Amino acid sequence: MELIIVFAPLLAFLTAGLFGKQIGDAGAQFVTCAGVIIAAFFSVVMFMDVVFDGDTRVITLATWMSSGDFQVNWALRFDQLTAVMLCVINIVSACVHVYSIGYMSHDKAKGRFMAYLSLFTFAMLMLVTSDNLVQLFFGWEGVGLASYLLIGFWNHKDSANKAAVKAFIVNRVGDFGLALGIMATFVVFGTVQFDAIFEQAEEMSALTFDFLGFELHALTTISLLLFMGAVGKSAQLGLHTWLPDAMEGPTPVSALSHAATMVTAGVFLLARFSPVFEYAPFALEVVTVVGACTAFVAATIGLTQFDIKRVIAYSTMSQLGYMFFAIGVSAYGAAIFHLMTHAFFKALLFLGAGSVIHAMSDEQDMRKMGSIWKEIPYTYVMMWIGSLALAGMPFFAGYFSKDIILEAAFAADSKVGMFAFWMGIAAALMTAFYSWRLILMTFHGKPRASKKVMDHLHESPSVMISPLVVLATGALFAGYVFYGGFVGSAHHDTEVHHEVTALGDSHVEEEPVDTFKWDKEHFWGEAIKVLPENDTVEAAHSVPFWVKKLPIVVGLVGIFFAYVVYLWREGLAVKIAAAFAPLHRLFFNKWYFDELYDRIFVTKAWSLGRFFSVRGDRKTIDGFGPDGISSLSMRMGGVFSKFQSGFLFQYAFIMIIGLFALVTWLMYRITLGGY
Amino acid sequence: MIDFPILSLMTALPLIGAIFIFMIRGDEATVAQNSKFTAFYTSIFTFALSVYLLGRFDGSSADFQFVERYEWFPSLNISYHMGVDGISLFFVVLSAFLTPICILASWKSVKKRVKEYMIAFLVLETLMIGTFSALDAVLFYVFFEAVLIPMFIIIGVWGGARRVYSAYKFFLYTLLGSVLMLIALLTLYFQTGTTDIPTLMENPVTGDLQMWLWLAFFASFAVKMPMWPVHTWLPDAHVEAPTAGSIILAGVLLKMGGYGFLRFSLPMMPEASAYYADMVYWLSVIAIVYTSLVALVQDDMKKLIAYSSVAHMGFVTLGIFTATTQGIEGGIFQMISHGIISGALFLAVGVVYDRLHTREISRYGGIVKNMPKYAVVFMILMLGSVGLPGTSGFVGEFLTLLGAFRVDTTVAFVATSGVVLGAAYMLVLYKRVVFGAGENKDALKMKDLDAREFGMFVPLIFMVIWLGVSPGFVMDKIGPSVDKLIAQYESGLSKGAVDDAALLEPAAGKESIDE
Repeated sequence: MELIIVFAPLLAFLTAGLFGKQIGDAGAQFVTCAGVIIAAFFSVVMFMDVVFDGDTRVITLATWMSSGDFQVNWALRFDQLTAVMLCVINIVSACVHVYSIGYMSHDKAKGRFMAYLSLFTFAMLMLVTSDNLVQLFFGWEGVGLASYLLIGFWNHKDSANKAAVKAFIVNRVGDFGLALGIMATFVVFGTVQFDAIFEQAEEMSALTFDFLGFELHALTTISLLLFMGAVGKSAQLGLHTWLPDAMEGPTPVSALSHAATMVTAGVFLLARFSPVFEYAPFALEVVTVVGACTAFVAATIGLTQFDIKRVIAYSTMSQLGYMFFAIGVSAYGAAIFHLMTHAFFKALLFLGAGSVIHAMSDEQDMRKMGSIWKEIPYTYVMMWIGSLALAGMPFFAGYFSKDIILEAAFAADSKVGMFAFWMGIAAALMTAFYSWRLILMTFHGKPRASKKVMDHLHESPSVMISPLVVLATGALFAGYVFYGGFVGSAHHDTEVHHEVTALGDSHVEEEPVDTFKWDKEHFWGEAIKVLPENDTVEAAHSVPFWVKKLPIVVGLVGIFFAYVVYLWREGLAVKIAAAFAPLHRLFFNKWYFDELYDRIFVTKAWSLGRFFSVRGDRKTIDGFGPDGISSLSMRMGGVFSKFQSGFLFQYAFIMIIGLFALVTWLMYRITLGGY
Repeated sequence: MIDFPILSLMTALPLIGAIFIFMIRGDEATVAQNSKFTAFYTSIFTFALSVYLLGRFDGSSADFQFVERYEWFPSLNISYHMGVDGISLFFVVLSAFLTPICILASWKSVKKRVKEYMIAFLVLETLMIGTFSALDAVLFYVFFEAVLIPMFIIIGVWGGARRVYSAYKFFLYTLLGSVLMLIALLTLYFQTGTTDIPTLMENPVTGDLQMWLWLAFFASFAVKMPMWPVHTWLPDAHVEAPTAGSIILAGVLLKMGGYGFLRFSLPMMPEASAYYADMVYWLSVIAIVYTSLVALVQDDMKKLIAYSSVAHMGFVTLGIFTATTQGIEGGIFQMISHGIISGALFLAVGVVYDRLHTREISRYGGIVKNMPKYAVVFMILMLGSVGLPGTSGFVGEFLTLLGAFRVDTTVAFVATSGVVLGAAYMLVLYKRVVFGAGENKDALKMKDLDAREFGMFVPLIFMVIWLGVSPGFVMDKIGPSVDKLIAQYESGLSKGAVDDAALLEPAAGKESIDE
């Protein structure tokens, strides 16, 4: 079963990739969908096993690298954290696979697309099941590769190719940190295997080591280096510029890789390393601040974009920011909780947007949409569910997970926690606003598309709608059902806790183990470690009333404003933009990150390269070296010029003679030398 | 053990093939045809022998195996001494593996002087295998330097427009190094009275002398590697060399420098190696960053890959001089992996060069449409070069960096930035050549890989992925020899520390360990 979960998508990829011609498009679609659906089914079984029976396990498959004391195995690790990720990845991936059959129906390279999706899924599974850092790195780079292939899927488009390369390289900058983090881990812990690292973490908590000439706290350094990798992969502020551009890829890709799974790998990595981060308080503070800033900045940009996919992309980035500051305040369970609910509702939103784009003949600009809700009612409903969940309206999934994060940040009772809380509240306001801006601009108001497009408007086929239903179910119920397990308290009797315990118990009755309790201690087991004094999730259950209700209030306010600005008072948006022109320009131009990086890094790298190439190699080294000597010798006799135009064989002959002469001289010298 | 002199046979076989080709007579077409087949079968047979050698090699032993020893100049204590250990084994196999591919690669693209071309390649193979299996310094030197000659001829006769300039530059650089190495070898001989490599390895040089000796050896090996700043011959040589010449140059010839460091510098001059290690680190790091940046701006495909080779070799020298298990094993692995990947990349460039007769990147674009198979092949090789985990490129790169990290974090930090730059230049190259709208009509008319070409890539790609997923096959055989090397290095260091000025006892006449 363990092998099927991970390797079914790989087999599907190989079959569809290598024998695409033989099995045809339909064959490829069948194989890949079947592979992932089987994997999804067994993931759920695995989840039951691991979470309810506590049956965690590590399966060693083979040796990968063995060099002296450096040992790495290919191994699959299944614990609670992995089990959650498996379900999320495989279920969302299965939905996206099925959806793609419909979405890509006009494309010429269907088989290739399906193969890439399966490859991506496989890499993601390797990432979450790894039991050591190097295999994690394998999955990490593997998803990077698959994402590169998928973003650049329409490889005749220059913009798509550029975005693909950019995604890969920006991710590599993060990987640079991750790779150093792995090396540092090995040097400090003497192993890269998770269990062995985590066991030693406490002993190492006071250790310092020399890094770049400074004597630094070992665990903090390691944590920050790993975090750098997470920043790249999860598009946190600083290394986020690739994510919006990644929307060049087909929409199912955006849903799977750039919303639900790959970009959450960073969150997973940090949660996995909770036993180390817990002893690196400074690193946690950095994570909190970066996460909070990301949540805020991304939301501000999301307010102003017109491309429907880019709006959702920035909202993804913003939500990832929430997950990161949750990690930063040690609310790992809450972060993973939000990761899961977000996977459902964000994939739903993306696929819904895909359905809109499909209906509108590949139009992505919201300014050219409007008044289409009656034509595509199912899509419209799905987008509502997704948006309500995203905005954190009560009883939708996002409500449970986002609230617990904000409460935990408040309960952390620290400066950075407070900072994160208020940034998070501000971002929540903007989130609600841009979500309804999206809905209103896309579906309501006057039709702004050309007549041809409007005539061609059609609801998507059921092969595209049914995956949406699955995801919508998740977006509706995942929060309510899993609240107790992911973040529920074992000690406090809160209102929600009661309800959910009841529900959890009903689960338990079906399970053979009767001691199981549906709360976070039992749910997570050993997979997540929180020091008692850092247990903000526990404390989050007893925050003041206003803290609990504030997110809903700002959400409602945001929605209300969106209605005012985009439906009831049309034209107000332009006026507001004009009134705050400098601010609007800043947001609209994405805080000028791209321009800044372009100026600092990209152009510099190229001009440095040119400088080295011409000045360094050609002028300096060659100039003084071989060319100098050769021109000197030319001037001296012209002997060499004759050589250079003459016969090479002759030249070579002289070399051979020369060599023999040298050897003879050597022999002669030695013989006379008296030895 | 095998009871016939397999190493001598492997060394001599290509030469015998070359003699056969030399004797082929008839009209030009027949001669060309027959020499191609003779060369191909000879190289295949040699490769089969190398596989047999690999199978019979005892991976648990660190000793030299398949040893042959005959007196050569008994009065001078110089002998014909051959043998391989875990370090040299895979270079022998690599040479034998790449030669048949080179001959296949030249099947259609070489049209003039086919006979001489094949002779040159077989002689080259003899010399390469000889270099890696020689256990006597004089023998080594003869092979090591003689390799220059066929390579020089291959570039100079079958090369591109500026071939004479490139061949000359190549020669000038390497000659400078070899003269210094010759002097160093002589000095070594006068000091110790032996040229037997295992004996010399057991008895490291001490005192100030080794500082000079080390520099002399370094001059030769650094040029071969090539290390910054003596690398400028490589891009020119690659650009002008025919495809097969580039494959061998990148695949095997560059490794002779790294092999030299492992065989001579580290065990024979441990103190000097430790003393100069910082210099090597920084030269390596400069090579990695500098040449990666230079690769970024190249307009010529071959030049770009040539510069990437310099960067990849930077990881090798960095790893070797960390004198850690991971660093050295990673360095060796990186050399093997780079031999396969960059050889295959030059082959890939050769494929499109044969069709369009230009190496200029901007003349290509969008060829994924008409050459889908080629696009996949090139993609995998590109990823190998980038060092994606799961390809052989990752293992070597990561282990060398790990070794470096243990010794000096700053060096490792700067070197690791190479992985970002490496991704940049390779991805941009791939994008410009394979993807895009395809504005060059000629490029879009190119035919996809034919069976012969595809057949050449299959074993290469198989190796890239197999060694990436399961490097143990190579690493396990390297391991004991590397451990022994490190032990020798460290004992040499401590010996030197205790008794710095002590003169080395005359080692002449001493029985070497493997007999």
